[in-house]
Amino acid sequence: MATKETDNQQQRSSQELPVVLVNRLPSFRLPSKPPFEDDLLSHFHLLDPHDSPEPYDSFLSRHASSIRALITVGTTPVTAEFLNLLPCLGLVVGTSAGLDHIDLPACRSRGIAVTNASSAFSEDVADCAVGLLIDVLRRISSADRFVRGRMWPAKKEYPLGFKLRGKRVGIVGLGSIGSEVATRLSAFDCSIAYSSRKKKPSVPFPFYANVGDLASNSDVLILCCALTEETTHIVNKDVMIALGKQGVIINVGRGYLIDEKELVQCLLRGEIGGAGLDVFENEPNVPKELLGLDNVVLSPHRAVMTPESFEALLQLTVANLKAFFSNKPLLSVVSNE
Amino acid sequence: MESIGVLMVCPMNSYLEHELEKRFNLFRFWTVPEKSAFLATNKNSIRAVVGNSSAGADAELIEVLPKLEIVASFSVGLDKIDLAKCKEKGIRVTNTPDVLTDDVADLAIGLMLAVLRKLCESDRYVRSGKWKKGDYRLTTKFTGKKVGIIGLGRIGMAVAKRAEAFSCPISYYSRTEKPEIKYKYYPGVVELAANCDILVVACSLTEETLHIINREVIDALGPKGVLINVGRGPHVDEPELVSALVERRLGGAGLDVFEHEPEVPEELFGLDNVVLLPHVGSGTVETRQAMADLVIGNLEAHFLNRPLLTPVV
Repeated sequence: MATKETDNQQQRSSQELPVVLVNRLPSFRLPSKPPFEDDLLSHFHLLDPHDSPEPYDSFLSRHASSIRALITVGTTPVTAEFLNLLPCLGLVVGTSAGLDHIDLPACRSRGIAVTNASSAFSEDVADCAVGLLIDVLRRISSADRFVRGRMWPAKKEYPLGFKLRGKRVGIVGLGSIGSEVATRLSAFDCSIAYSSRKKKPSVPFPFYANVGDLASNSDVLILCCALTEETTHIVNKDVMIALGKQGVIINVGRGYLIDEKELVQCLLRGEIGGAGLDVFENEPNVPKELLGLDNVVLSPHRAVMTPESFEALLQLTVANLKAFFSNKPLLSVVSNE
Repeated sequence: MESIGVLMVCPMNSYLEHELEKRFNLFRFWTVPEKSAFLATNKNSIRAVVGNSSAGADAELIEVLPKLEIVASFSVGLDKIDLAKCKEKGIRVTNTPDVLTDDVADLAIGLMLAVLRKLCESDRYVRSGKWKKGDYRLTTKFTGKKVGIIGLGRIGMAVAKRAEAFSCPISYYSRTEKPEIKYKYYPGVVELAANCDILVVACSLTEETLHIINREVIDALGPKGVLINVGRGPHVDEPELVSALVERRLGGAGLDVFEHEPEVPEELFGLDNVVLLPHVGSGTVETRQAMADLVIGNLEAHFLNRPLLTPVV
C-alpha cells in the first residue's frame, strides 16, 4: 500500500513513477481478481486517501499539485466540486461500463479527458443481452424451474416459446456494446435497426431518431445506451405500447432507462410480451410483481462480471494511464458528442 | 381421404390433430385402453402412422399393420422408427428437416449462455431475495470459447454459424471429414473433447452414436468443460454424466434431452452448473406449426400420388 511506504521510499517512487489517485467510496475496492493494485503499483505511484490515517481533505490538498490522473472505482462519483480540489488533473479513468456517475460537462469545461471501460466489457454485456433474449423467447429459465420442480412427468408438455430467427431487433444506443449485440444477432438472422443520439453513416442498419418509432418497427428492444438526463425513462408507456403485446425488452444499460412502474404494469396487463432485465431503478430491489412472472428473466446486475472482463479492464486501465503519461493517444477516450 | 386410417402414436400437437381429423380417420393411440385389441380390429384401415421423438414405428408395430404405407414423423430424428423394416416392406418415411434447424441451434447457444453465465441460477438468486444480501459471484465469459460440434449436419452448421458471431473457434467430429468446411476436424470425439471448452451433440442417434458421450469423452472435456446436448438422451451415458457433474469432474451441462424422458436424474436438481430443459428444441409456436404442415403435406402428397415433400425412405 502506498501509504505504508517510508518517506524515503515515497520520495524515490514519486520521482520514478507517475502519480495516480485512486478515487473510491470507502466501501468500494479495486478488483482483487486479477490483483489490480499490485499490477498498477508496478507502473504507478498510487495515492489512496482512504488508506491514509490523515483526514481525507488534508491528504488530498497535500497531494493535489502532483495529481494529474485518477482512477474512479466502480460508480464512485466524480463531481464538479471534487474536480475543483484537483487543479492539475488531466485524466479521469472510468472503470465501469457506464459513466453516469461522472460529471462529463465539468470535465469537458476543464479540459479533463475521460476514458471509459466499455470496450473491456462490451463482449460480456452483449453475450448477456443475447442470453437474456433467448431465455425470454424460449423460456429457458422458466423451463429449468419446471424440470427442477419435478413437473415434467406430470405435465408432459411445456408451453411453446417463440422463434428468434427473423425477429426485428431495435437496439437503443449503438456504441461498443450495441454494436457487439448487432453482430451476434445478425448471425441468428434477426433484422437490426437502431436509435442513437446521431445517425452513424458507416452503419448499414436502419436508423430511427425516435425510440418510439424504433419500437413501432421492432419486435425486440435492447437497451445498450448510457444513462443521461435525455435517456432517463426513454422507454416509457408509449414506447412499450408501440412495441406491442408480443414485444420483448432487454435492459443491460441502467435501470432508469425504463419507467419501471410502467414496465411492471405493462407486463401484468399483457401490453408487452416479456422482459430480460440485468438492471433496475433501485438495486438490489426488484419490483415484487416481477418475481412471480414466467415471461421475465431477472439478473442481478452481472452483465460485466466475468474474470476475463476484469483482466481486460486492468489492461485497458494501465494502457490508458501509460498513454496519458507518455503523451500518446488515449485508447478509450469518451468523445464530446 | 376420410376413410384412410391414420394412427397417431402419442399426443404432440393439437393443431396437427385437428388438421389430420379434417382429412383422415384419425386414431389417437394413447386414448386406447386395450392396444392389442384395437390394432387387431383396425389393422386393415390404418395406412399411415404419425410419430415423434418419443414414439414412432418399431418393428413390432409395423408387423401388426399390414396396410401401412407411410410413417410421417413430427421430428427430424428417426431413432424411433425401424428404417430397415420400412425399407424392407416398401413403407415410405418422412420427417421434418430444415424447419426446426434454427430453433434447435438457437436453443443450443441459449444453453451455452445460460450455463456459462449462470442465467437461470442468477434469476433464482434474484427471485429468492438473496440479491438483497449480497452480489452474485462472477461467471465465465462465453465469447471466444472453443466450441466443438459432434455432427456437422444442418443443425451443427447452424450452431457453428451462430457461435462464430461470438468469436468462438469451431471444431468438429463427423463420420467423415468435410474438406470444403473451414472448421478444424478431429477424427475422434475424445480428441475433439480434449481440444474444446464447449462440446455440442448435434448428430443423429444411430447404433454408432449411442453413448457417444462416455466416461472417456467426459474426462477429456474436463472440470472446465461444458456439455450441451440438443441431440437425443441416449447419445450420453447418463449415469456417467451425472456422477461427473456431481463430483465436478465436468464443469457444467446444458441438457434438452434425457435417456428416459420425462424422467430426469434427481441428482441434477441440486446442481448450479446445469440447465435442464423438457425437450423443447423445436418448441416454438412458429416451428411446431411448420412441422405440422410438413406432416400433413407429406401425407396428402402420398395419398394423392404426388412426390413426398421430405422423404427419408
